[in-house]
Amino acid sequence: MKQALIRILELARKEFLALLRDKKSRTVLIVPPLIQLFVFSYAATFDLNHISYAVWNEDTGIYSRQLLARFSGSPNFRLVARVTHREEVAPLIDNRKVLLVLHLRNDFSRSILMGSPARVQALLDGRQSNTAMILLGYVQSIVSGFNDEIAVTRSVTPPIASIDLRAWYNPNLKSRWFIVPGIVGLLTLLISLLVTALSVAREREEGTFDQLMVTPLTPFQILMGKILPGFVIGIGEATLIILAATLLFHVPLRGPLDALYLGLFLFILSGLGVGLMISALVSTQQQGLLGAFLFLVPAIILSGFATPIANMPPVIQDLTLLDPLRYFLVVLRQIFLRGAGITLLWPEYLALLLIGVASLLIAGAFFKKRLG
Amino acid sequence: MVSDPVPGGDIIAVRDLVKTFSGPMGTVPALKGISFVVRPGTVTGLIGPDGAGKTTLMRILSGLILRDSGSVSIMGHDPGNDPLSVQRSLGYMPQKFGLYEDLTVEENLDFHSDLHGVPSSGRKGLYEPLLSMTGLGPFVGRLAGKLSGGMKQKMGIACSLLHKPPLLLLDEPTVGVDPVSRRELWEILHSLVRESGSTLFISTAYLDEAERCDDILILHEGGILGSGSPGSFRSEVQGHAFELIEGSGRPSRALDPVISALPGVIDTVLAGGHLRIVMEGAAPPRVPESSGGFRFQPVPPRFEDALMTRLWHSRKDLEQGRATRLPWVAGKRIQGGKGEQAIRVEHLTRDFGSFRAVNDLSFEVGHGEVFGLLGANGAGKTTTFRMLAGLLPPTGGSLMVAGEDVRKFPAKARQNIGYMAQKFSLYGQLTVYQNLRFYSSAYGISGKAQTDRIQEVLKFFGLTPYRDISAGLLPLGFRQRLALAASLMHTPAILLLDEPTSGVDPNARRAFWRIINGLVMDGVSVLVTTHFMEEAEYCDRLAIMADGGLLALGSPSEIKAQAKTEDLPAPTLEDAFVTLLSRAAVPSGLPA
Amino acid sequence: MNGFRGWGIPPSVVRIRALVRKETLQIIRDPSSLAIAFLLPFVLLLIFGYGVSLDARHVPVAIVQDIRSPDSEGFAASLRNSPWFLPVPYSDIHSAVEAMKRQDVSGILWFREDFGRELHSFRDSPVHIVVDGVDDNTARLVMGYLTNVWQVWISHRNERGRDLSVFPVTLGARIWFNPDNRSRDFLVPGLIAVIMTLIGALLTALVVAREWERGTMESLFVTPATMGEILLGKFIPYFGLGMGGMALSVTMGHFLFDVPLRGSLLVLGVTSGFFLSAALGMGLLISTVAKNQFVAGQIAIVFTFLPAFILSGFIFDIHSMPTVIRGITHIIPASYFVTILQSVFLAGNIPGVIIPNSIALILFSVFLFAVIHRISRKRIE
Repeated sequence: MKQALIRILELARKEFLALLRDKKSRTVLIVPPLIQLFVFSYAATFDLNHISYAVWNEDTGIYSRQLLARFSGSPNFRLVARVTHREEVAPLIDNRKVLLVLHLRNDFSRSILMGSPARVQALLDGRQSNTAMILLGYVQSIVSGFNDEIAVTRSVTPPIASIDLRAWYNPNLKSRWFIVPGIVGLLTLLISLLVTALSVAREREEGTFDQLMVTPLTPFQILMGKILPGFVIGIGEATLIILAATLLFHVPLRGPLDALYLGLFLFILSGLGVGLMISALVSTQQQGLLGAFLFLVPAIILSGFATPIANMPPVIQDLTLLDPLRYFLVVLRQIFLRGAGITLLWPEYLALLLIGVASLLIAGAFFKKRLG
Repeated sequence: MVSDPVPGGDIIAVRDLVKTFSGPMGTVPALKGISFVVRPGTVTGLIGPDGAGKTTLMRILSGLILRDSGSVSIMGHDPGNDPLSVQRSLGYMPQKFGLYEDLTVEENLDFHSDLHGVPSSGRKGLYEPLLSMTGLGPFVGRLAGKLSGGMKQKMGIACSLLHKPPLLLLDEPTVGVDPVSRRELWEILHSLVRESGSTLFISTAYLDEAERCDDILILHEGGILGSGSPGSFRSEVQGHAFELIEGSGRPSRALDPVISALPGVIDTVLAGGHLRIVMEGAAPPRVPESSGGFRFQPVPPRFEDALMTRLWHSRKDLEQGRATRLPWVAGKRIQGGKGEQAIRVEHLTRDFGSFRAVNDLSFEVGHGEVFGLLGANGAGKTTTFRMLAGLLPPTGGSLMVAGEDVRKFPAKARQNIGYMAQKFSLYGQLTVYQNLRFYSSAYGISGKAQTDRIQEVLKFFGLTPYRDISAGLLPLGFRQRLALAASLMHTPAILLLDEPTSGVDPNARRAFWRIINGLVMDGVSVLVTTHFMEEAEYCDRLAIMADGGLLALGSPSEIKAQAKTEDLPAPTLEDAFVTLLSRAAVPSGLPA
Repeated sequence: MNGFRGWGIPPSVVRIRALVRKETLQIIRDPSSLAIAFLLPFVLLLIFGYGVSLDARHVPVAIVQDIRSPDSEGFAASLRNSPWFLPVPYSDIHSAVEAMKRQDVSGILWFREDFGRELHSFRDSPVHIVVDGVDDNTARLVMGYLTNVWQVWISHRNERGRDLSVFPVTLGARIWFNPDNRSRDFLVPGLIAVIMTLIGALLTALVVAREWERGTMESLFVTPATMGEILLGKFIPYFGLGMGGMALSVTMGHFLFDVPLRGSLLVLGVTSGFFLSAALGMGLLISTVAKNQFVAGQIAIVFTFLPAFILSGFIFDIHSMPTVIRGITHIIPASYFVTILQSVFLAGNIPGVIIPNSIALILFSVFLFAVIHRISRKRIE
């Protein structure tokens, strides 16, 4: 027993050294995750900052100027053109000079004074439909703010009671709060896949796998030796990313750490299992890389990382049940933003455990089959 | 414009050629200012171990890499400044010839013809002699990837000959090719020179191929150790070679270290059970009276004898006097498992789909025996070897190693086996020390025993200075030693070796086999697969495989005797091998 | 020329033709090339086309009514009629909050006790809406939709009740090119750029690296073929393959996912050619730097695939990115191509978008091939 433990530890030690002493695998483990952390965190956002818009104001009254001042005063909007004729509108939008054209008719101020509805027309570029929707929301909130102001200054009762709108957990609706915890999961998956998916293939390519198989080490010990470094590296890098998320990107971490690390542990287990499954099937590192890639892309897309699972067709929603990242993203976001603890998350833990154990068993079976 | 080679002049002229590479261990000189010429219409052999600088030289000659200094002229052109002119009239076959494996033989030929501007009208007439010479005729429609190793090499030569180059550079065309195909390759090359008057410049690591060249250039550690015809080399050592025919009844294996330590002895090597000795002078070694009766008999010199003599003169510091017995083994009698035989193979069969790779194979290896497994490419050697190591389950028959059934090989039983693959198979990224530590603990050596064993190993194998260097960066000879060290740390009773010394320089090979011989005398059994005749000569008994079955079994001299004919009264082991195989009428070069 | 007897075609053309034919045979016989060129786009399009949608539909919303009134019932009914929401009644606010914690609902609509009474008072809000802000994008959409439904309902109610007070300002919006706001319509064209990057850069980098690994490059180098001919021999077949992948993607996008194609096929084809040249240029450049498949694959994924995915404006709008990152997007060919594609598919042949972006792509190709020409030598050091 003690002998077996020593052997597993020595295997893990060897695995570690092989990973970290080799420039190529060191680069693979460190550079892409870092690049992705920064690129994703900064670039993957749905908050609009630099909205270029044009104004077609036919009104000469004070109210149109007041409303437009609210737009030009907003840090998110940037006025690039003033339009005087209808013909000028289409080229601006077509050629992507502006995302939005605001049109105020010449009776705008007059209508307000007379108490009849004044209309502001927003023309939006729908080629990026999501941007258009978000932008419309921005416009809407500026217009309702203006409505409130008019109501107050002219002390008329608005036809509508205002709504008390609040977003919990992420009051300012920052994309980063949503994306960055997701990146913790995404990169942990990437790392645990790469550590294992390439390691057996590398041993095969270098001929060390045969050398390993003729020693008295059992397949179980070899598998354990491959998994252990995956845990250490996976948890290590995940910790770094969590630190970056909280300290650098100021994402709140509201839940308890034990719940977070329990989820991390189970998730890495499933990632390593899938990685070993891939590595049992491939014979070169290049195929291993391709296999990891082929798993990773759908796993990320179907996990709810960027787009909600609820928006997918039912068949695809069922498919996402096989995706370990799906569960871990729930765990991460629940813990980071909602402050959830272990008790609330046990279905996710269970699913991760199931996927982990099943993939490890399948990987073991694949190995047995390949070896004999 | 292509100019004809200067009539009567040298087709290759190299002067003071220097090339250095900067590697992870600093700047490494690959070629240290070499000068030579090659005469037109000759076969010139560039001979040297792996890492001597052969490929670097070939690549400089073909304009693929730039030299640091010196001058090179190929048919009057400088490959450094004007590579395209050289490449237009040059045939070059790199070590790993780039056949497109997804293309058929004919498509490969067409492709290279197009690249070299061979007109499409005369191609049929051009291909025919090439295809019949290389025996590729029946396979024009076959994908190049589906050809055997020997066939691929022939195919590579055919592709480099399409534009009838006056000069052909071949970089190790025979590496990894079995003796039968090797012989065929050489015949093709010789007939080429005869028929077209081309000049051939061939590099090789096999010393026995030197005899097939008109001129020889010995490259050793980036310098030229000698040049001339094989005959001129042999005459240097005429009368210096002897064979031990009686040695007070002790086995040659045991006498090797004794005799090699005697004054004036340059080289000793086991050849088919006899000890072959090369002396500094023309007299046999003087053995002290007390040692009993020794008798020596002069034998005809070989090229290798001259090479060893030159090496001996160039570096006196060799492996002389180094211990050849592992300190933790020496003297202990190793018990090789339970069985009466170290290895017993009975009716062994292995199928891959419908293809039978090993067919009803039976043989035994006794304790303390060196057993060689020989065969052409695709004869089933590797499959058998992998089954013996427990890496591949047999389809049928029984396989007992160290008294254990390999089919249900308990992991524990592997404790008795040491395994060394042909390709270096330790962790290249790990240091020498880390590798030894890992493998010793894999075999259950731990604690103080482990530290002590690693110290002993480092010292014994001369690896102490390399202790903290990544194994992948070691020079080839040291990598070989490290691999052997790693497979010996647990004192296995049975050693499985796969071409352990191919490409290694002759001194390193001798040092390697002295260690093996020492182990054998302590009771270790060794099984070697090889198609490298120098290694086969170290074996007590050989099995020659063909088509998955056994073709011949016996001691090297018995095998030689089987091949004796009137034309060939004293066949070498290679002659015997080729004769036996051709008698069995195995279609060479094709995977069955 | 020197000694090519009776040869009509210049030898250079013969060599290029031979290289192209060889490469084509290899592509046809190597299943992994075909898989990257056709199977991968197919799978990616399916996953994206069906799996990725930013359009929220049937979002579960908890409804809590402290006191049932005709007004609150009326509003709940109008929610039920909207395609965006799936109202789930809860008896009190605490159970609704619990449900939101469990992620059973994405928002809570709370009608307070005095809902009916305070409907007309301006300062107090009789309705509280809480949305789950974790997924900011969905949250924003839910907020927008809820406000919208609320306003529409109250206007109708006021009309029926002959309450004549109106909003001082109403907002009318028209979304051009994609009035239904289907996210698929902008994701699929963007995906085509990603797929062509995959074929042009990743596949090409891998196949050239494979020639180095298998030693065929060394054999090629000692033939009279020049570096330019060798590069062209790679460029032509993979250009064809890339255009094939493009055609497959366009066909799938148009017929399977009903993405409109408002511009002309000619413009689409020509601009794709420009982009593919740039992508192939990147692939060939990578392979002259990295001579084994493993490293080449890594570099291709990190430097071409990921940027095409994240920084091209394909999912995340470039307008949303910080200035530095927006600067980086200018050196990513895919960002120009995504712009062209979204216009050609959804808006039509708009010269003001197509011409400047095409010029950028042409400049990229020229630049990349100039660099390749400068740094690649027929040498193996």
